[in-house]
Amino acid sequence: MTGFWSAWVIGLTIITLILLVWLLFATRKIKVERDDNTTGHVYDGIVEEDNPLPAWWFNMFVLTMIFGVGYLIAYPGMGSFQGMLGWSSANEHDRRAQELEESFASSISEFHGLGVEQLAANDRAVNMGRRLFSTNCSVCHGSAGQGGFGFPKLDDNDWQWGGSPDQIVHSIAKGRQAMMIAWKDILGPQNLPLVASYVASLSEGAAARNNISSVAPADLAKGKDLYMKNCVACHGADGSGNQLLGAPALNDDIWLYGGSLSEIQVSFSAGRNGQMPAHQGLLSDDKINLIAAYVLSLSADQ
Amino acid sequence: MNDKIPLQEWAPAEVEELDLYEKREKIYTRKIEGFFQKIRQYSGWPLLLGYFVLPWLQWDDRQAVLFDLPARKFYIFGLTIWPQDLSILALLLIIAAFGLFLVTTVAGRVWCGYTCPQTVWTAIFMWIEQKVEGTRNQRIKLDKQEWSLQKLAKKSAKHGMWLWVAFSTGFTFVGYFTPVYELGWQVYSFSMPLTPLSWVVFFTLATYINAGWMREQVCRHMCPYARFQSVMFDPETLIVSYNPNRGEPRGSRKKGTQPSDLGACVDCQLCVQVCPTGIDIRDGLQYECIACALCIDACDSIMEKMNYPKGLISYTTENAIKTNTVEHGVKLLRPKVLVYSTVLCVMASVFAWRVFSIESLELNVLRDRQAVNAAVAPGMVENRYTLKIVNKNDESKLISLSLDAPEALQLVGAKQIELQPAEVVSFPVRVQAPIEQVTGLVLPIVFVISDGNRQYTHESRFIRSER
Repeated sequence: MTGFWSAWVIGLTIITLILLVWLLFATRKIKVERDDNTTGHVYDGIVEEDNPLPAWWFNMFVLTMIFGVGYLIAYPGMGSFQGMLGWSSANEHDRRAQELEESFASSISEFHGLGVEQLAANDRAVNMGRRLFSTNCSVCHGSAGQGGFGFPKLDDNDWQWGGSPDQIVHSIAKGRQAMMIAWKDILGPQNLPLVASYVASLSEGAAARNNISSVAPADLAKGKDLYMKNCVACHGADGSGNQLLGAPALNDDIWLYGGSLSEIQVSFSAGRNGQMPAHQGLLSDDKINLIAAYVLSLSADQ
Repeated sequence: MNDKIPLQEWAPAEVEELDLYEKREKIYTRKIEGFFQKIRQYSGWPLLLGYFVLPWLQWDDRQAVLFDLPARKFYIFGLTIWPQDLSILALLLIIAAFGLFLVTTVAGRVWCGYTCPQTVWTAIFMWIEQKVEGTRNQRIKLDKQEWSLQKLAKKSAKHGMWLWVAFSTGFTFVGYFTPVYELGWQVYSFSMPLTPLSWVVFFTLATYINAGWMREQVCRHMCPYARFQSVMFDPETLIVSYNPNRGEPRGSRKKGTQPSDLGACVDCQLCVQVCPTGIDIRDGLQYECIACALCIDACDSIMEKMNYPKGLISYTTENAIKTNTVEHGVKLLRPKVLVYSTVLCVMASVFAWRVFSIESLELNVLRDRQAVNAAVAPGMVENRYTLKIVNKNDESKLISLSLDAPEALQLVGAKQIELQPAEVVSFPVRVQAPIEQVTGLVLPIVFVISDGNRQYTHESRFIRSER
């Protein structure tokens, strides 16, 4: 609030308060000309009888005004004046959030210090993890961890960044940044379908679906040649990927961005930048462990 | 030209200043015995006893009546009311309101005069006052006296006892919302946390001030019900009324005589002295009158002494007074009575039905709206749902989950869920089908949960979508 508007609000507030006090005291008594138990006021033949309000009513008015002044001194209200108590809605939010964190921490104290694998074997811990997952993770990964286009499926045993408890905790806490650069100009536009066909041929399911057997062997060999020159460093000679780099396996039939020829081609020609945001600082370590336990329990059934 | 407007002279009127606020004049109520006072006492004791004893009763290892606001659960003996059953509370309030309307239309302000806590606690406080400070005249004298040790002793004894009653009331009230045994121990050991403490103090002070100091001011200036009751009145409503046809002209006389120029009212002022709201019932029906009938008791006692027939002040109706018929009787077939009782019966039936049909398990199904295109195996179509299951039982339940849908649709994942006592679970489930076996775009499906004894169902939709 600028100085002018602050002064404007303060001025209006003070003038209103003074006017209200004046109004209350000025109308406390009226002058009447008659003594017939009316106030002397007649409107269209209707006479106003004198039915006085109780005196404590008046005192309550005065009390509310004193309260109002006290409130404006203690709490923010007068323009940009913050009040003597230093109360603010942001502080209030932080205080409540901290209270909540503390009560939550005490309610999961029994799980404190346990490893993710131990937690995954504990039904109560997994239930808690599921609730935390619903609140914090399901927006991208789905309500049951089933994933979606561009968001990894968590209820299978395929892991882009590794499925050990430590790796899962790392993925949640520190986040992950995948880096598939755009290969269009490097490979040359005419070569893109060839590479796509070769990549699809690595996976049995994708090969069958995309009818790779009808692709000319020479084209497939050209694609393989390009793959071996450009892609093998991250995705491996057999397309088994590299969890350290977050390079997905290409020889299974799990496709984060779709497994049709055109989708595969789009992925590597335009590049992909999948990002898992870091949750350290957003979630306590205990919460991260509980979520990791739930994620681990999802794939344990498979 | 002599068309002058005639001059009129006005003497300046007497101008006087009028205060629009009036200091409360203390009402010294005279004690009176009689039929209606007895009714109040005999109906009041069981109610008071109930109020003070109820929170201490136990039911199945818990407090029998507890309104647990933080946990959002109301326990009333065998019944546990969850937030999901809140409509029961609304129905209860509607029933209470229409009950009040009906009674008021038929019998006037019975609630105010006999059962309203303000009246009952004021009566208790007046009783203490009478015991400590003496009769009406003694109290007036005491208040006029200079301060003395004796006056101080009486006054502090009175206020001490008032505060003690007020504290018991406030403590008991908070005991309906907080486990009362715990609360009792906290009082005993001076270790009450701030929140219950401030509520106990609040209700103690509210009782003390309302029943000790405010009294009729509450009914006259604070209670909304007192002000809108007039809309329920009609000429056949029972009211406490003086019969001016019989009473006027009033005047004093010797005992046992009936001067020919006077009515039955001996103008003894007793009806005014016993009135807790400080009105003169002989002025007619007034909004201050809470229909406590103390003036009837007072007048009847005088009529008895005078050997006159009783009932100069009585429960009667506007029509009875107007037509001057003693035996007017109560007419019940009036539109207001019929409408109020009809609504009351309907609401009571709905209430009873709702209470008896409270389910001990509750199932809700939310279809997952995000990410229609899930990464499922090629050729399969999948829909996700979140089941919200509420276990309202005090024991854990093993729930089995199944699907009532075309055979192609299959539930994926866990089909049994264990629910802790009083647990609310959000359980994600997935339903899959081979896409070529799904006919139509939208299939109605039904989720079924069973605890072994009973099945609970909830409908949803399965949507076929291809990416």
